[in-house]
This record gives sequence, structure tokens and C-alpha cells, in this order.
Amino acid sequence: MTPGMASASWSHFPHDADIGVVGMGPTKAEAFRQAGLALTAVITDPAGIRPVEAVEVTCRAPSDDLLLLEWLDALIYEMGVRGMVFGDYTVTIEGDELRAIALGEPVEQARHQPAVEIKGATFTALAVEKRPDGWRVQCVVDV
Amino acid sequence: MDLTTLERRSDHEWWIPQHGAMRVPGVIYASEALVREMDEKVREQIINVATLPGIQRASYAMPDAHWGYGFPIGGVAAFDPDQGGVVSAGGVGFDISCGVRTLITGLTADDIEPVKEALAHELSRSVPAGVGSRGRIVLDDRQLDAMLEGGAAWAVENGYGRDEDLERIEERGHMAGAVPSNVSAKARNRQRDQMGTLGSGNHYLEVQRVAEVYDEQVARAFGLRAGDAVVSIHCGSRGMGHQIGTEFLKEMAVAAKQHGIDLPDRELACAPVHSELGQRYLGAMRAGINCALANRQIITHLVRQAFARMLPKATLELLYDVSHNTCKLETHVIDGREKQVFVHRKGATRAFGPGHPDLPEALRPVGQPVLIGGTMGTSSYVLVGTPESERLSLSSSCHGAGRAMSRNQAVRTWHGRQIVDELKARGIIVKSPSMRGVAEEAPGAYKDVDEVVDAAHAAGLSWKVARLAPIIVVKG
Repeated sequence: MTPGMASASWSHFPHDADIGVVGMGPTKAEAFRQAGLALTAVITDPAGIRPVEAVEVTCRAPSDDLLLLEWLDALIYEMGVRGMVFGDYTVTIEGDELRAIALGEPVEQARHQPAVEIKGATFTALAVEKRPDGWRVQCVVDV
Repeated sequence: MDLTTLERRSDHEWWIPQHGAMRVPGVIYASEALVREMDEKVREQIINVATLPGIQRASYAMPDAHWGYGFPIGGVAAFDPDQGGVVSAGGVGFDISCGVRTLITGLTADDIEPVKEALAHELSRSVPAGVGSRGRIVLDDRQLDAMLEGGAAWAVENGYGRDEDLERIEERGHMAGAVPSNVSAKARNRQRDQMGTLGSGNHYLEVQRVAEVYDEQVARAFGLRAGDAVVSIHCGSRGMGHQIGTEFLKEMAVAAKQHGIDLPDRELACAPVHSELGQRYLGAMRAGINCALANRQIITHLVRQAFARMLPKATLELLYDVSHNTCKLETHVIDGREKQVFVHRKGATRAFGPGHPDLPEALRPVGQPVLIGGTMGTSSYVLVGTPESERLSLSSSCHGAGRAMSRNQAVRTWHGRQIVDELKARGIIVKSPSMRGVAEEAPGAYKDVDEVVDAAHAAGLSWKVARLAPIIVVKG
């Protein structure tokens, strides 16, 4: 990591009805990966998910903030239709295209104790920012 | 919210005078205490809605209004298509036609008591709930189309329920104007195995006791007596509605400029009703409404089957089914004349007063049942639409309590097991596959629903009929 750059991390921020997800990292791709982990953490602890299946995800958007929405919506969709949860991601971003591999396993209610389904990512508090110490991406997701 | 920014018109009516880009004023119905608790974001969102093209009368907020996305939750707004009026995917939200229905069991709470544990188990076994759960009905494309077109009427035709149920559902169980071909392949994929599932979060299936009756005459017309047992179901259009919302929200936000709409917040994503995109959304959204109505109808059937195995004398007649995330074409009096307008209710319940022609004959003399959900440890309410609700709020009322605490803070504050044990000591059986989910939905994480309902009653939006207390709670 470059000295002075933000370490990769994720967090949540409160919203009256829903919940905000934040990803931070030295690169845009890493910040997006962290936002994916923050998304998973709304449902269950990412550390408790075994990487037994890999799912390819590709999305495109004309701007960084719309790309974040597409990315989170793609993960919500894949988790929903596959009945899976994802515990980690590899993410690359080139131009307006994001390519990722999501690693996870089918939901087991007893083991994962999933708290809530995510309905969709929203424009609320949506931001993709390059800061002196790295990238920060965020938005509110509807649960 | 800073009260000095508001003009108080009565005890429970607060105005945001029209200013700046607002086309109409904002109106909040709530007690002083509730208004004080509201985030400043609610005020900002009421104002933003008031700037949308074609808005009529006012941008309204119900007593449970809280910070949403674009529209406040608890927001109501009507648009005239002939004045450039819009339809907004943000104004309907992701969980299209999320709502509540209440069934009258024909039993008393005392009849349930001896089999309470076993009934709770049977209900939780019968109705799939929680993240990753799948329904037992898997629809192919042809069946999905029929469901999206027919709603609860499709479900009844296919054996999930009774003909007489349809009378007791908004739109008589079938939202006209649905265009299934406007629903994407992705939305279909998200729904294929989700029919008859409850979902998660604040959705629930409860057996409740009629704990208190406030209006004997209306309660009698609704078939409610103190001590009776009822069943309430709160859920929506599942993955399909979420995906329709997701797709149109983005498309409308991007297309707004082309339609000459300057959005103060992209989450207000909308399109003129008289546009290709507006019409396409209406067709898809109405299909989403039918999906939610069919889903609640199938769950009703599963509940009846579970009761039949445990308590065969239960009748489980449908009192009513309300949707609180919708956009519907309705007739309202605007500037002294009747007009057809597109009414958005986002976290707000339709509340038709007595005599409304859309109500079933049996309910027309008293008004529409307004079903307000509480939490797993607090009361829910049955209210009734008033003669004044049309004039006050475009025939709208509140929908629930709204969160007082974030999900993360709730998990830090309570353990799910502790909540389950505490409620059990109070005679409430909670069944959930996720203790983290229970902690996030702890009763203490929500605002006081009693205060919200009292405010709706005092403001004249809807009047209190009965209070329902949970006996069995099934959560996702």
C-alpha cells in the first residue's frame, strides 16, 4: 500500500428506514470490492461464508456512481436468484466496465443467520469519491 | 424537525408554505411530538416532491413520515397527467404494493391458547420466510404472465383461496392495466420460486388478539369483537417488485433530463405519465401490484391449510387487504372539481371514507378498513377511512411506526434469543430462522405506533376501530 493511502475497509451508516454501505480502498476497484463486502454484511457476517462457488459478474455504466449502483444491484440479483451469499470478491474496473468474481455459497439459515434481504441499491447518499488518501464509495440500500 | 419552519394550522396539521421551486405547499399530519422527532430530511423530501411537474393540492406526509429515498416514507402525492404530471418509480419504491391483510379466524384468542405452540410451529413450517427461502410453487413464463395479469384473482382461480376473498382486496384483487411484457427477464427470474414467501425484515405473519375495541359499530361491521383472534400478513411483491423498482428507478433518473424534468434528487426518478417510459413503468408496476396481491393470497391459502390441520373450526374470512406502496389512478376533488389523478402512496395507506364506490357493498356504509402494522411486541391497529380523509390527504393515512434505531444499533443493543424469551414470558411466541433478524426487528427499535395511530385519528385521516396484540409472530 502506498504510504498515506487509506487501508481497505468497509462500514455501514444509519438511515431512518434502511442502511448505508461504504467501501474504502487505495484503488477504485478495491473500494468497490469493500462496498460489496459491506453489502454482504447487511445480510450476514462475510467471514462466515465459505468460498465454494464462483459467480462471474460484469456491469457497465456511463459514470462511476452509476457503476456502483449497477455493481451492488448485480450482487443483489445474483444472491437473490441463486439463493447464495457472497463472502468475497475480486474486482477489476477498466473504463466504464466492472468485471468481478463473487465467491460464496448457498444460504444456510441456521449457520448464516441472515438478517434481512436487500431489495435494491438507491441514489440516496450515492457517491464515488477520489480523495487524497484513496477512494470512498457509498450509497443507501433498501432492505 | 425545526418547528419554526412550519406553519401550524391545527393541533395535527402543519404546513410548509409554497416557496422556491415548490408548485404546491407541503402538509404534515402529526402531533407536535412526532413532528419534532422527524428528521430535517423529511422536510427536504416533502419540499422536493412539491417541485415535481403536475403535482396537485399538496405534498403530504403522514404521521409516521420518516427519511426515505426521494419521497419520504409516509409520503402522498397526486399528479395530473394533463398538466405534465409524472409517475415516479422512486415515489412507489422497491417493494411495490407491500401491504397488510387481516383475516378473521372465527375463533377467540382463548381457543388458540391450548395449541399456541403447535400452531406457531405449523405456521412457520407452512409459510417460507427469511433470506434464501423458496416457495413450493414454481411458475413457468406462461404462468408468470397469467399471475402478473390476474393478481389475487389468478391465485383464487388456481385454487389458492375463495372467490369471496377478492371483494375484500383493493382493486378487487386484480390491478387493471398490468402489462406483463414490460417486466424484464431478470425480474421474472427473481420471482420464479418466490410465490407464497413472506420475505424478511419488517415483514411478518401474526396471529393477534383483538385487545381493545374503540368503535363498536364499525368493529361489528368489520366482524371484530374484543377477545377474537385474527391473522395479519405483512409482505409485498418480493424479488419481482424489487427488480422492477431497481430497473425503472435508474432508467427514469437518467431519462429525466430528456423529459425536461429537473430532479432535485435523483431518487425522485420519474417520467411524464404521457410518455413511453411513464406508460411502460405503469404497466410493469401494475404487474408488480398483482404479484404482491397474488403473493398475499397464496400465503392466506397456506395459513388456512395450517389452521385446518390444527383448528378446523377456524373460518379465516378476509377482513381486508391494503397496499401501502403504490401509484393508482383515482378520482379526487381538485380545485372544486373531480379529476383523475395518479396518487402515489409510499409507506401510506389508502383510506376511503364511507360511501366510496370502490368499496365492497358490505363495507361501503362504514368506510375502508385501514390496517396498520406494529412490531412483534407491540400493538397493530385497525382503523377506518373517514368522510374527511379525501379532503385532508387524498384519502390516505399512515402505515406503521417506522424505525427509531438503526439495524446495527439494534443488534448491538439486543440479542435475538433475549427478545424471543422476553416475548415468550409475555405470552407471545416468535418463530424466526434468524436471531440476528429478530434483534434487528426488536420492538424497541421502532417508534411508538400508538402515538402514530393516535395522531392519524386526531387529524381525521382515519379513525381507530380496534387494537390488535400479537400472540404468534412468524418472521423472516
